[in-house]
Amino acid sequence: MDIRFQFMKYRKIAGLISIFLFSISILSLTFRGLSLGLDFSGGTLIEVAYESPVELESIRNTLIDNGYEDSQVVNFGTNLDVLIKVADQNGNSSIGESVYSLLTEQGFKGELKRVEFVGPQVGAELRDQGGLGMLVALFMILMYVAFRFQYKFALGAVTALGHDVVIILGLFSIFGWDFDLTVLAALLAVIGYSLNDTIVVSDRIRENFRTQREMQPKNMIDLSLNQTLGRTVVTSLTTLLVLFALFIFGGEMIKGFSLALILGVLVGTYSSIYVVANMLMSLTLTQDDLAIPEPEGADFEELP
Amino acid sequence: MNKFSITQYLLIFFVLALGFTYALPNLYPTQPSIQVAYTDSGKSADQVLLNDLKQILNDTQVDYEDLFLRDNKIVVKFSSLDNQLESKTILQNALLDKVIIALNLEPTTPAWLKDIGGKPVKLGLDLSGGVHFLLEVDIETAQQGRLELLLDSYRKTFKEERLKVESSSINDLKLNFIFNDRDSYNKALSKYRLDSPGVSGLQYIITERPSANTLLLEYSDVALREIRDYAVGQNLITLRNRVNELGVSEPIVQRQGSNRIVVQLPGVQDPTAAKKIIGKTANLEFRLEANSRTSPLRKEKFNFKDNDYSTAFLEKAVVVSGDRVTNANTGFDESGLSQVNITLDMQGGRAMQKATSGNIGRRLGVLFVEQKNKSELVIDENGNSVIEQTSYIEKNIISLATVQAVLGTSFRITGVGSPQEASELALLLRAGALAAPMKFVEERTVGPSLGKENIELGMKSIMMGLAMVVIFMTIYYRVFGIAANISLLINLVLITGIMSLLGATLTLPGIAGIVLTVGMAVDANVLIFARIREELKEKDPQTAIRDGFSRAFITIFDANVTTLIAALILYVIGTGPVKGFAITLSIGIVTSMFTAIMCTRAMVNLIYGNKNIKELKI
Repeated sequence: MDIRFQFMKYRKIAGLISIFLFSISILSLTFRGLSLGLDFSGGTLIEVAYESPVELESIRNTLIDNGYEDSQVVNFGTNLDVLIKVADQNGNSSIGESVYSLLTEQGFKGELKRVEFVGPQVGAELRDQGGLGMLVALFMILMYVAFRFQYKFALGAVTALGHDVVIILGLFSIFGWDFDLTVLAALLAVIGYSLNDTIVVSDRIRENFRTQREMQPKNMIDLSLNQTLGRTVVTSLTTLLVLFALFIFGGEMIKGFSLALILGVLVGTYSSIYVVANMLMSLTLTQDDLAIPEPEGADFEELP
Repeated sequence: MNKFSITQYLLIFFVLALGFTYALPNLYPTQPSIQVAYTDSGKSADQVLLNDLKQILNDTQVDYEDLFLRDNKIVVKFSSLDNQLESKTILQNALLDKVIIALNLEPTTPAWLKDIGGKPVKLGLDLSGGVHFLLEVDIETAQQGRLELLLDSYRKTFKEERLKVESSSINDLKLNFIFNDRDSYNKALSKYRLDSPGVSGLQYIITERPSANTLLLEYSDVALREIRDYAVGQNLITLRNRVNELGVSEPIVQRQGSNRIVVQLPGVQDPTAAKKIIGKTANLEFRLEANSRTSPLRKEKFNFKDNDYSTAFLEKAVVVSGDRVTNANTGFDESGLSQVNITLDMQGGRAMQKATSGNIGRRLGVLFVEQKNKSELVIDENGNSVIEQTSYIEKNIISLATVQAVLGTSFRITGVGSPQEASELALLLRAGALAAPMKFVEERTVGPSLGKENIELGMKSIMMGLAMVVIFMTIYYRVFGIAANISLLINLVLITGIMSLLGATLTLPGIAGIVLTVGMAVDANVLIFARIREELKEKDPQTAIRDGFSRAFITIFDANVTTLIAALILYVIGTGPVKGFAITLSIGIVTSMFTAIMCTRAMVNLIYGNKNIKELKI
């Protein structure tokens, strides 16, 4: 069987790229942090649709004049839609109404599209729950892969997942994109997707290790990657097609979500090729690791 | 050779039939309707109201399609939105504040589908528009209130038993008694131990400090759980009553976690008004009846709630308001007549004691305070007649009883009539009471136009995503691609059917989950087809098809189980919209496995199964 692409030839370079991206992400997450969305930061958000374009500066001034210094005013999608975010003020739940009436006094004509208020303790809880959920998901998947495959695969799979999650978080941190609950949901979906890829590759590596006994591990992994490449590319492509549809047509509220998933599919596809295989190479996967254990007591049956 | 047995075909047919049947209700359009209920939440709609409505609508000749009684409400269906709005105006004008009228869109699911549990998918608030509130019940205040009652009652008991108490107080949610001598200390301790056992276990945790003759008492976890459950349960009832006043067609009022309550009001467009009604406190007032010596300036005339014609004068001074009522239930007095037992908190008890001590023999009135909306027909500047709603406060007497003794934290009202009337009074008393204060910790309001916009955008994304995937698969895999595409469509129908059957809620992220499923669902087929292509290099087409399917199966299974783990965790940690994403993703994973493996295989078998094929295009 021919090996069209020698993936493992470039494994050192790929490893360096991964380590570089990973470190940059960690650095940015440490020093810049994430720009937390309303779900996690707590506070109030008001979305209004004006009938004619409006000066954001005048809205900003009105807010500052009325004691809402810590607020953001931005256009949302079109230049008629205005999104106002006011930081939490000791769990005050009526900021939405106050701001809306301020706008009305200012001569606002249009429609109130949505108001969201998240109290500080709810925000903190969602944050904790989200982080915990992510860790639990990683752990359970580690257990499942270790149970179905072997611990070296499990380590590879979880390294790949950690790699994907950290890099996506890093990108959100570097570009200052809003990180809210839907993005967290997308991140967990990425874990699922990336794992999907990883398992398909691992499955083939396992099968080849058992059947092609005379091959070098390096060639064996290259062979497996080549065999699964067609599928990897097609699936990534169909998934990316729908995600772009979602990104373009799905509206503003779902933009962060689709963006996280698009990045996730790209990074996830890369990591299932390079990170997992790289880990397996580094951990020197051998045929013994994958030998099907002989049933105990088999020897005794031949005794008279 | 690649043939399914008749049982396998039957299984596929059965699943598809089930999926299609339950997805069917979503195809029927909704119909404009109104729901009419009595404003008084204690009264359920009846034949009288039904006939009234019929009469009014017939007189004004508004077309309606159907009018019937359902779940304490009367539902009227219309053929057009205009008729719906017109008749709402007409009915509201005719009946004014007697009824609450809610606009609604009724599903037109046919009876046979309804009988087998068929219903359209529920839409989340981000799609239907409406208000979502999360309220937190302040348990510590409830606990503090209980402790104050306990402190008061032990002070009394110890005094009666002549124990020497040096000081008593509440610190850090602990009852603290310091005694002058060891004898009093011991007696108090045995009293505590006697009182502690409850139905569910020990109620108190007692800390003994004999050297300082000090006893500390706090509630045990069992008791705390009871306090919490009572407070949350009570507030839930109160909130339901208040929400009823809003006239929302399908409200949700539910407990969430240990001390939170979710209120969802689909279709409500004015969050401020909703908040005012939900968040209001005291709506009961206890006041003494005015007597001959009360100056006219200090008395007010009120109607009785159940009788419009009788009135009474009460003093203007409020003795105790409803937020001091911690419990009210019915019982029987010595002669077997119904009575209502009322418990006030410490502060309320003190006020009640002060007010009644010099006034035995006078009557004490209970006023029920309601915020109501008045609808009036007015002529606006354009000369059109429109309904104008103004809210006002109405106070009615629900009980006026003679004070027999000095009252404290707990007292009773006797002579309240039949047991049913007694329980209605108790309900009203409780309805006005919040067992513990609440605060808003989360609020999400989605305007109706944004909801509609979200649905449109979501559907557009599904359609565009689907179209691109279908085109790609057809070009890339030909006949097999078409089989995979048909499976994909079946998959969408199955997801819809299962969501409808389970009564799961569809949200915007949920739609995103479906879109994602469309992209990922073909993965199983891609895996199989890739495998078949490979197998074809060394095997004949029929064997290649068979081995392709069977070898890919394990991979597909492993890959999907892990995604399912992630989706389930998402379901557990997520709230609202995100839960919706987890639901569609989980359902999509399961159905896609079925359609990609079983349905595609069935189609491939039907096309190639019995033929002797030399060359397979894939």
